[in-house]
Amino acid sequence: MAAVAIDLPKTASPTALRFKDALRRHPTAIAGAVVLLLMVLVAIAAPWLGTTDPLALAPIKRLRPPGAEYWFGTDMLGRDVYSRVLYGTRVSLTVGLAVAVLATVVGLAVGLVTGYLRWLDAIMMRVMDGLMSIPSVLLAIALISLTTASLKNVIVAITITEIPRVVRLVRSLVLTLREQPYVEAAVASGTRLPAILLRHILPNTMAPLLVQATYICASAMITEAILSFIGAGTPPNIPSWGNIMAEARSLIQVAGTILLFPGIFLSLTVLSVNLLGDGMRDALDPRLARRM
Amino acid sequence: MLRYIVKRLLATIPVMGVVALFVFSLLYISPGDPAAVIAGDIATAEDIARIRAQLGLDQPYLVRFSGWMWALAHGDLGTSIFTNLPVSTLIAQRIEPTVALTLCTMIVAVGLAVPLGVLAAARAGGFIDRAVMAISVLGFSVPVFVIAYGLILLFAVQFDWLPVQGYRNLGEGFGPFIRHMILPSVALGIVYMALIARITRATMLDVLAQDYVRTATAKGLAPGTVLMRHALKNAAVPIVTIIGIGVALLIGGVVVTETVFAIPGLGRLTVDAILRRDYPIIQGVTLLFSAAYVLVNLVVDLSYSLFDPRIRY
Repeated sequence: MAAVAIDLPKTASPTALRFKDALRRHPTAIAGAVVLLLMVLVAIAAPWLGTTDPLALAPIKRLRPPGAEYWFGTDMLGRDVYSRVLYGTRVSLTVGLAVAVLATVVGLAVGLVTGYLRWLDAIMMRVMDGLMSIPSVLLAIALISLTTASLKNVIVAITITEIPRVVRLVRSLVLTLREQPYVEAAVASGTRLPAILLRHILPNTMAPLLVQATYICASAMITEAILSFIGAGTPPNIPSWGNIMAEARSLIQVAGTILLFPGIFLSLTVLSVNLLGDGMRDALDPRLARRM
Repeated sequence: MLRYIVKRLLATIPVMGVVALFVFSLLYISPGDPAAVIAGDIATAEDIARIRAQLGLDQPYLVRFSGWMWALAHGDLGTSIFTNLPVSTLIAQRIEPTVALTLCTMIVAVGLAVPLGVLAAARAGGFIDRAVMAISVLGFSVPVFVIAYGLILLFAVQFDWLPVQGYRNLGEGFGPFIRHMILPSVALGIVYMALIARITRATMLDVLAQDYVRTATAKGLAPGTVLMRHALKNAAVPIVTIIGIGVALLIGGVVVTETVFAIPGLGRLTVDAILRRDYPIIQGVTLLFSAAYVLVNLVVDLSYSLFDPRIRY
């Protein structure tokens, strides 16, 4: 019998279709993705984009206004603001991505277990209530003031402030998932706890977590900038947008543009991440999309 | 009602306990030697030993914690390492500008956000709706100090309408007070406004789709009456809830806003304390702000019965 080749059209999965549809309906999400991609490219290619050493001092060329030689001008130590802003992209994106991944992973692990084990749940939720009552910027400040300034410590501090929110989300998801018949079936057939959590519950928390991770990324970038701005963040020898603005603080009346450029880059990047997050949220929950 | 208030007040004790325990334990769980970090690079061994003794790090954890909690229960927040003054005294000196700024911001933000959210929902898809949604996305993306410098560059440097920075208390006259408050309140309030406007709009859209709203319109009530008396009142609970939760955003923003506008409040006290690594001050301010946040949300909880008579305690 000759093999009959049935040429099945390649159908995308329903999720992928919904995703595409939402992106078509939400051009802002695409704009966000494009801007974010540009920022990632800028961060990677910073040394080749006409930048000079962002730390090179040139006291003779202090406070030059933006022009052909110095696109964004120079700061009060004669450093090229354009180069500093471009290198600053690296700090923001690193912090945003690292915090989003770390907070999600830790929060997911804690949330899965506490959501499933009733006796642990009551205790952990009181702890999370307490942690969430500490305003996150102050918690980060308290953590940083006890350690030496480094990018790693900034990432850890911001991650700690973001974890309770993830735990809350995962827990609420697990509370509904654990009542599903397929979980009941798994329990009845003698599946052990780790397998239930990893094989039956974990996969169903992924979509909302992805959206949450995007928002955490945006919020972490803002927190890093705030911390650097008030002198509790990235050490001064690494150019970050918050640092650049902090150093230009006293120059507001003379050279406001030094404040303007990092501010614009920061806002644009956070905006692009937020728009992407909104787009994904709408794609995953069409009911919510019409409301928000 | 009274019984409920007492019950809720008691329920805040474990939450505040966790806050206190965590803020206290940071000294012990932070990597390295906090006394050495606080003392700085040029400290001698005696300096470090003195700071260690002052923070109580030379005593066992539980002894120190019970002593600290006992003092805290008596309103003693410890002593500043740098100035040697009680932290509670320092906080008392700096609290007024912060309270003034926070209250002004709340009035501005709530006063603008709720009407905007209502209008956006009433004319869903219209110009105001789109403007409100755009502002709320921007509000979440542009950090408070970027907004603040934008406002300063425009209204203080370019047009010279308002002062660049500084603070005047009410005792120096209402005019100067307000002039110095406008830019900080607007800068600090935008995120808060974005949050409230977004929730107001979403809740109102839900309520406006209800049958009783259609009935009210059908029996010929004025659109304004339907919107305010029938819809907004039923949308109040989620709106008030977000006003309470959003206070956390305000508190974080206060630290930055006071730095930008040189307002001598608790935020400025905290930032100065970071530079000197004066941990007792940071600890005290963090505890105070957390307590304020918990209390505000308690009041919000209790206010539910005011807006919705079905909620009785």
